[in-house]
Amino acid sequence: MRKDIRLCGKGGQGIMLSGFVLGKAASVFHDYNAVQMQSYGPEARGGAARSEVVISDEEIGYCGLYQADYMMVMSQEAYNKYNEDLADDAVLLLDDDLVTEVEHDYIGVPCTAIAEDIGAKIVANIVMLGAFNEAGDLVPHDSLEKSVEDSVPSKFKDLNLKALNRGVEKAKEKI
Amino acid sequence: MIGEIDLDKAKKAIGDRSQFIHGDTAVAYGALLAGCRFFGGYPITPASEIAEKMAELLPKIGGKYIQMEDELGSIASVIGSSWAGAKAMTATSGPGFSLMQENIGFAHMSETPLVLANVQRSGPSTGQPTLGAQGDVMQVQYGSHGDFAAIALSPNNIQETLDLTIKSFNLAEKYRTPVMLMISADLGHMREMVEIPDEVETFERKEPKVSPEEYIPFGKGEYGKEKVPEFGIFGKGFRTYVTGLTHDEKGFPATDDQEDHDNLIRRQVEKITDDREELTDIERRRLDDAEKVIISYGITSRSAMGALKEGRNRGEKLGYLRLKTLWPFPKHVIKEISEQVDKIIVAELNLGQIYHKVAEHAECEVALADKIGGEVHSPEEILAEV
Repeated sequence: MRKDIRLCGKGGQGIMLSGFVLGKAASVFHDYNAVQMQSYGPEARGGAARSEVVISDEEIGYCGLYQADYMMVMSQEAYNKYNEDLADDAVLLLDDDLVTEVEHDYIGVPCTAIAEDIGAKIVANIVMLGAFNEAGDLVPHDSLEKSVEDSVPSKFKDLNLKALNRGVEKAKEKI
Repeated sequence: MIGEIDLDKAKKAIGDRSQFIHGDTAVAYGALLAGCRFFGGYPITPASEIAEKMAELLPKIGGKYIQMEDELGSIASVIGSSWAGAKAMTATSGPGFSLMQENIGFAHMSETPLVLANVQRSGPSTGQPTLGAQGDVMQVQYGSHGDFAAIALSPNNIQETLDLTIKSFNLAEKYRTPVMLMISADLGHMREMVEIPDEVETFERKEPKVSPEEYIPFGKGEYGKEKVPEFGIFGKGFRTYVTGLTHDEKGFPATDDQEDHDNLIRRQVEKITDDREELTDIERRRLDDAEKVIISYGITSRSAMGALKEGRNRGEKLGYLRLKTLWPFPKHVIKEISEQVDKIIVAELNLGQIYHKVAEHAECEVALADKIGGEVHSPEEILAEV
């Protein structure tokens, strides 16, 4: 089993944190191997940002993606820039308020709106991650919960867990 | 000594036993566990996170962190703190490494133990700051003028980055020499799970057992390792004249005698090259029946693992050889393997560096799978040269 996963959006949306939480869930809180690579341009905010995660139950050699089997997208620019190697049967999850011009089959979840609804736009990436994991069946849900708890400041733990689970619920409605 | 080496304190500062961390953090953790208690540096992408982590952790365990005015000052501060007895390090990347060459040569000439972590990127000049390359694997041995033997290690995953950082400190102390840990932006910013080791084997610098008057700071070594002189730590009564000029065994300049220079430099080089086989660390896969072998190191070897798997699936009799020790160059291994196979493919993130060393010692055809521009090879790009 090898899952090649891309998370992308705009710098500042928390894409790197989402990739980090996912990789940690797989390797520290579950028994998979995981590699997370990230790339960004010289600009810290606003440019297209991507984080790539490979999860496997075997040793991971090549650390890049052969194809994107799973892709989570939070901006139109990132979709335009990173959809080239999307697998034919890929699970594509996007915030359909932010990404409107799409040529592939996708699951749309308005994560940023959901995050605003629960009180903090800043957790949109975690709403998205919950939905993404539900749609892609990437890691066990409890590993992901533990990883979220372990990765955010303690006073924001409840907010982030709420965000994660709202994402999961929303994805369940859509798939 | 700046602070006592206390493994438990280091582990407490590091925190959880299992962590999902990137290569730069792994370097910092490895350094702490090895007993490093001084970091002098200057920020540079993609190595800045090493400095950042050291700045956070060293004060918690009684160590010292200093950000210097530039790279020239950074490496100078590391040399100074090493003479004061600290296990010391700096971290940089290509352009900073170029700036440090003068004092790296000084560290070789003055036989100063230190560790330099080089999170490589491309060049020449400032190149692509945020992207990875293997741009300094020749500079590490040939960057400074004159004759010297470098020790350079190259891990390919995050656990190994931590482990080889510890090893770098041990080798620096054992051989009284600068040791270079060569990673790249890809590994520096890549995350995997690491487990902090319960026990850490460390090598402590051999200090003289004689009085300061009898001490020979640049002799052949009275005990411990042959050709490695004992190190008289400043502040313990040993007043060593430390110079970049060719010096006699006492350390005083002796610049016009052919024999003095020959004796000094040959000893400095041979203390490392005599141990070439012991220092060689190689990973081999599927070589038993291999007709062709991919030679790689660092992050590129992860792509080579993919190429090996795919090539074997297609029926190619392919093997894999990974250099964890880049310098001293494992020429004996290259010769041995080249007698068994028909073709060697060297994969690296430059336009051919280690390729030239492999070609120098191989007795079979040698091809180059080069790549530049800031992305790692895909397995297919390596297979294209097979």
